[in-house]
Amino acid sequence: MSGPFLEYRAVGVDGDDGPIIDGFSAVIAQGGLTLFMGPSGAGKTTLLRLVNRLDDPDRGVVALDGRDVRDYDVLALRRRVQFVSQVPVTFPGTVATNVGPQWAALLDRVGLSGELAEREADRLSVGEAQRMCLARALSMGPEVLALDEPTSALDTDSKAGIEGLIRGLADAGLTVLMVTHDPAQAALADRVVEVHPYRGRTAP
Amino acid sequence: MSGPGLLAASSSGLSGPVTFGDVALALLLVAVAVGVSRWQRVGLEGDMVVATVRSFVQLLAVGYVLDYVFGGHGWLTGVALAVMVTTASLTSGSRARRVAGSRLVASCAIAVAAAGTLGVLAALRIVPLSARSLIPLGSMVISSAMNTTSLVMTRLFDDLATSRREVEARLCMAQSSRQAALPWRRVALRSAMLPTVDQTKVVGLVALPGAMTGMILAGASPLAAIRLQLVVMYMLLGGNAFAALVGAEMTLRRLFTPAHQLARYVRR
Repeated sequence: MSGPFLEYRAVGVDGDDGPIIDGFSAVIAQGGLTLFMGPSGAGKTTLLRLVNRLDDPDRGVVALDGRDVRDYDVLALRRRVQFVSQVPVTFPGTVATNVGPQWAALLDRVGLSGELAEREADRLSVGEAQRMCLARALSMGPEVLALDEPTSALDTDSKAGIEGLIRGLADAGLTVLMVTHDPAQAALADRVVEVHPYRGRTAP
Repeated sequence: MSGPGLLAASSSGLSGPVTFGDVALALLLVAVAVGVSRWQRVGLEGDMVVATVRSFVQLLAVGYVLDYVFGGHGWLTGVALAVMVTTASLTSGSRARRVAGSRLVASCAIAVAAAGTLGVLAALRIVPLSARSLIPLGSMVISSAMNTTSLVMTRLFDDLATSRREVEARLCMAQSSRQAALPWRRVALRSAMLPTVDQTKVVGLVALPGAMTGMILAGASPLAAIRLQLVVMYMLLGGNAFAALVGAEMTLRRLFTPAHQLARYVRR
């Protein structure tokens, strides 16, 4: 399809006390790793949640392949755009039940030992759980991975490992969107989208 | 089972009806309570007086209304039941006011519980289709359904708000809102229905329930009284199942958007 892959057109989202995001526009090409960078409270996570429609904008449009995301079947859209939250959420049961029938290949892809397959998912370390969540996301066969600060809950070693993994997924052709407030991660990225906090009516 | 016989009472319970004179004499016991409160500085004398006056006025009014309805104005039965459903819905709705549209949810859940159970009881001729049976039975099923509905609404809201990460993780895996909410729906239904189940288990062992005590005081045979009580317990079980189910179903529709999103007001 021609035209931009993912586009935010003058997007606004309101919180309890007025806008969190207002008039945000950006164009993101297909493939590669795009960082959403900015201070906390700037609405970066919300911008990701708009892509798989965990939330909808109050103003403006988020378009995928030139079409408003609200025009797709929402469950099909969510298979296509996999969102992984900041704190890994494990489902009851083993790692294998979390990841699904293709677990062997998927655990390998995210760098987890196949020996973990029968372990209860809630007994993984945070780093392992975050990798498992990535494997679970990949099990849906997504085109887009939307990662909300995937390394913020991790120690330095696990962080470097996950960063390498994410870079590899982008190199393998996935479109990876990643929220961060860590400037050092800019080195990983193909593109950086700056997200500024909404300043209200005092801004010129 | 004989319809009218179930609710009819024979004499020989209390020696004649309680008169207003008797009621006045019973005020002595209120005086005892007020005395204790004053003596022990409990500070409830004022509330006791208010409670006593209110109970007198409220029950007197209800007595006259029921007397009028039973005295050949049976068509008012529907009105009386509607008033009870409305009052119960407002009460339950305000207890669960965090749920958007909680009053409507409560109205539907309680109305379905009342109509469903009374309808079955009347259709199978277990009780007669009369004001004298439908109003008291209705009041029992309505007040019980009110508690069930409040429980199911508050429980679903609280649990989904607390577990919003897990719920949204399920939505992210392309589950519908119905699938995503399933574990919490089950817990809410269970916790809303459990009290009646427990009550039914211990009925007669822990306390003699109201319908039965009333009939025995009024002079009915204990066996007639327990038959009515069994019908009442089964009605409450059925009514609460209706209320819990309708309440859960409608509440979930208000906690999620049609696009399978957890509604914003639940996430905040």
